[in-house]
Amino acid sequence: MFVINCPYCGERDQQEFKAGGEAHIERPKQPTELSDDEWAEYLFMRKNIKGVQYERWNHAHGCRKWFNMIRDTSNDEIKAIYKMGEKPPSI
Amino acid sequence: MSENLRVKSSQYIDETTRVSFKFNGTTYYGFKGDTLASALLANNVHLVGRSFKYHRPRGIMTSGSEEPNAIVQINPNTNRTEPNVRATEVEIYEGMEASSQNCWPSVNFDIGGINNFLSPLLPAGFYYKTFMWPASFWEKYEYFIRHSAGLGKSPTLKDPDIYDHRNIHCDVLVVGAGISGILAAKNAAKNNYKTLLLDEKNELGGSTIYENNESNKIDNKISSEWLKKEIEELKNIKNLEIKTRTSVAAYHQYNYLLARENLTDHLEKKDKTNKIRQRLLKIRAKKVILATGALERPMVFNNNDRPGIMLSSAIKKYSDFYGVACGRKIIFFTNNDSAYESALSLNDKGIKVEAVVDIRKQSETNLEKRVIDAGIKIYWEHTVVDTSGYKRLNNVSIMKLSNDGTSVTGNKISISCDCLGVAGGWTPAVHLYTQSGSKLAFDEDKKIFIPNKNNSDQISVGSCCGDFKLDEILKNLNEKLKNFLDINKTDFENITVNNDQEISKRNIWLLPSDKALGKTKPFVDYQNDATAKDIKLALREGFRSIEHVKRYTTTGMGTDQGKLGNMHALGIIADTAGVKMGELGTTTFRPPYTPLTFGTIVGRNVGKFFDIFRRTPMNDWHVEQKAEFENVGQWKRAWYYPINGETMHQAVQRESKAARESSGILDASTLGKIDIQGSDASEFLNRVYTNAWSKLGIGKCRYGLMLNEDGMVYDDGVTTRLGENHYLMTTTTGGAANVLGKLEDYLQTEWPELDVYLTSVTDQFATASLCGPNSKKILKKIIPDLDLSDENFPHMSFKEAKIGSIVCRIMRISFTGEQSFEINVQSSYGKDLWEKCIEAGKEFNITPYGTETMHLLRAEKGFIIVGQDTDGTMTPIDLQMDWIVSKKKYDFIGKRSLYRSDTMREDRKQLVGLLTDDPKVVLEEGAQIVSELNKNPVEMLGHVTSSYFSPNLNKSIALAVVRGGKDMMGKKLFIPMEDKTINVTVSNPVFFDQTNERLNA
Repeated sequence: MFVINCPYCGERDQQEFKAGGEAHIERPKQPTELSDDEWAEYLFMRKNIKGVQYERWNHAHGCRKWFNMIRDTSNDEIKAIYKMGEKPPSI
Repeated sequence: MSENLRVKSSQYIDETTRVSFKFNGTTYYGFKGDTLASALLANNVHLVGRSFKYHRPRGIMTSGSEEPNAIVQINPNTNRTEPNVRATEVEIYEGMEASSQNCWPSVNFDIGGINNFLSPLLPAGFYYKTFMWPASFWEKYEYFIRHSAGLGKSPTLKDPDIYDHRNIHCDVLVVGAGISGILAAKNAAKNNYKTLLLDEKNELGGSTIYENNESNKIDNKISSEWLKKEIEELKNIKNLEIKTRTSVAAYHQYNYLLARENLTDHLEKKDKTNKIRQRLLKIRAKKVILATGALERPMVFNNNDRPGIMLSSAIKKYSDFYGVACGRKIIFFTNNDSAYESALSLNDKGIKVEAVVDIRKQSETNLEKRVIDAGIKIYWEHTVVDTSGYKRLNNVSIMKLSNDGTSVTGNKISISCDCLGVAGGWTPAVHLYTQSGSKLAFDEDKKIFIPNKNNSDQISVGSCCGDFKLDEILKNLNEKLKNFLDINKTDFENITVNNDQEISKRNIWLLPSDKALGKTKPFVDYQNDATAKDIKLALREGFRSIEHVKRYTTTGMGTDQGKLGNMHALGIIADTAGVKMGELGTTTFRPPYTPLTFGTIVGRNVGKFFDIFRRTPMNDWHVEQKAEFENVGQWKRAWYYPINGETMHQAVQRESKAARESSGILDASTLGKIDIQGSDASEFLNRVYTNAWSKLGIGKCRYGLMLNEDGMVYDDGVTTRLGENHYLMTTTTGGAANVLGKLEDYLQTEWPELDVYLTSVTDQFATASLCGPNSKKILKKIIPDLDLSDENFPHMSFKEAKIGSIVCRIMRISFTGEQSFEINVQSSYGKDLWEKCIEAGKEFNITPYGTETMHLLRAEKGFIIVGQDTDGTMTPIDLQMDWIVSKKKYDFIGKRSLYRSDTMREDRKQLVGLLTDDPKVVLEEGAQIVSELNKNPVEMLGHVTSSYFSPNLNKSIALAVVRGGKDMMGKKLFIPMEDKTINVTVSNPVFFDQTNERLNA
């Protein structure tokens, strides 16, 4: 299990957190103007890559805040953590 | 009958404390400090078990956790019985009993032994190949296969012991307390690292602690003497915690390790009670030093599995540590120098060593000279080609090896003996290392896998990283520690080390015999009876991946996880397939390193601590009324209230009638309640619910349906506008936490610009839901000054009132179709409110009802329950709830998905009502629905989601999802059951009071 450095609470055990899938997929502002394919792209398509991945995490059993994490899925190395709305740091 | 093979008093065995124990019904004696294995060997008992497949007699082979053969049932038929315990690990205590496994009727006469003679008929994959046809017979075969297989018996009585968990955080964790681990821990702790040192044995010091070899010296002291002094010094070091009898089971990423601390298994029965038996340590370490040592390898030759054939290092440990001779005439068989050390050590204690058989070419080192001087004959370049003795080794046959090591020549020499010590070299114990995600590399020279690429802040030291000689171990340890701990010097920097230098090894994975391979039994995996033949067969049949060969031959799949034989399996595959071992890789080492008890894993989370449960403030009242309960999420909810021995059906029928005829009361405290505040609260609700919220007046309530972004119904509930910028949302009982999580997600990540704050208030309020035609009269009695007229307090509205001095929020909303009032008070007044309602309702026959009646009443009205009538594939349109989906709103969660081609299909499963042709027949929930009877296969149109006998309609009613059901009104369908087919007619899902007259009656 990882140790995750919550940007609001500090280092905590992974069991306090919930993974929320790929990050930086913005909900379309005008969904009704999208074709079925475009909407499906937003709704279903996720990369799920082996390697460096940008993810959303939630401190579900803590401050309940969402934040972003850059994680290497091949060895679970956490490369960076940053708040929602912030630009991802260069790694 | 027992003989005494004690050779010399050992300082690790307390010879003043004699311990009696039983093995297979016979009483034996050992000493305090003995393992079951050492005590049995002292009594000259080698035969302890039978192998898994051929039921061959097997003896003790090792002295540690890698033991494949000597696995026993401890304290059979008692509440403390434990199967598959390694006799080499378990310490004896007064009154202990143990028995052999996998044999019947006894280990001496085992009927399954017939398999040994049938073995030519039982190659690898035998069961897979044989019991395939006819497929329908599998159930018959399985019964017999399950009975003839299997190891120990799992306990059937309640476990009397207590188990515990403990979290530990440390700077440095050292795994293994051999010489490397001890020095590492000592230097870490001395340099202000908070250090934890763990070892699976009961004594510190690993194999060095009983090393009395005159030529292995540190600072001119015999290595064991030197180490004892070091161990003594550990006691005075702060920052250092030492735990023995503690085995690390798993090494996860981020230096998170799980270890089992054994606290009472070595104690007498009377000392076990009311103590913690085993504790799971959950260790989070900043740095980890692995000093897990190495396991000696056996060698693969014909009949290499007989009782009396042991690892050379184990024989040495039994004599030097436990003071036990493993035989009276011992032969060593080796490919390296370590057997010579064992031979000399035994010779010193007066144990007769007949010969050393060495597959290497002759050489002369100091070690070999001393063996010759001791009068022990060495057979250079010879190999064992066969052994004999069914239940105990009595003879080995050796022959000269050819130059290339693939065949044997010359005359067969037969030597009688009662014990054969096999030394096949050493395998670093890298199990934990690879579990951590770190990667191995193959050392072609030493023929071992060694740590290569670390995945966390860790190092491997000592023989687990491939250093086998004392001087190289200590030299490398010194350098590694300085670097890893970031210190200038260690306290053993300037020691001098002397030890014998080794001549080169000669590695032959599969030793030849004078017989063809097909006629021999060279075991690779002892416990599962996989031989070199089986591995070659697997390769011939086309298996290439090591993981596939493993599963096909079962090599390495026993309780020992192939700690001894896996390297040979790899070597034989590499040789046969002509590939390099490094390219082949290893099978995956999975946790746990040694088996864990279920007790250790669950710790204190047993009985009522098994799972969290939540109870409402009215719970005590329900218990007093002898309500039956059901679990809803984590809540314990009153299910129904049986009176005078009523069945559930009878109670529910009575409760349902009463609620509609006069009055009923339901504990609705478990519904999720979310307090929503902020200047954008209305806009927020507009976005999360399918219907419009902007125009909802203050003091009004509205039902809302929440979708997922994929358009499927997620949750529902009534939300009340308490003020301009203040709402109270209710959710389903089970969905409360998820809804809050989802709303927070949107607020924080998609719409951070909205000024909205969410607070869960589920636990802060208790809710009594009063319903039925007399509910208004009852409420009037409780709160006389509240105007309950339909004009002042209409359906779907809210009032704040006081009961005495207690503030309460009352919503006039209905989940039953009757007039009803949900009264919310601060939780601590919940039971008081409930009792007041019951008291006031007496004259109206107020009837408490549980969740089952609630479900029935709402089904009569065709109200859905999210999660029962929906399953994550139902849109509001599928539920025939088009009325709640706003056409005007530009957007809400899930809106776009309602216009996807798939969600607009006409033939989706849609919610309908079903009426059985025979009104007495109640459908089974989950039953499948078809439209044709004489078709095979027939298309399943859908299934029944809710089904009840309605006492108010006096007929059976059901809700169902049916493909294209919307257009099937009045159509006849069929529900085929096991014994009959039930005819049904599709109907409106609202069965009762279709015009909602009763809400305002």
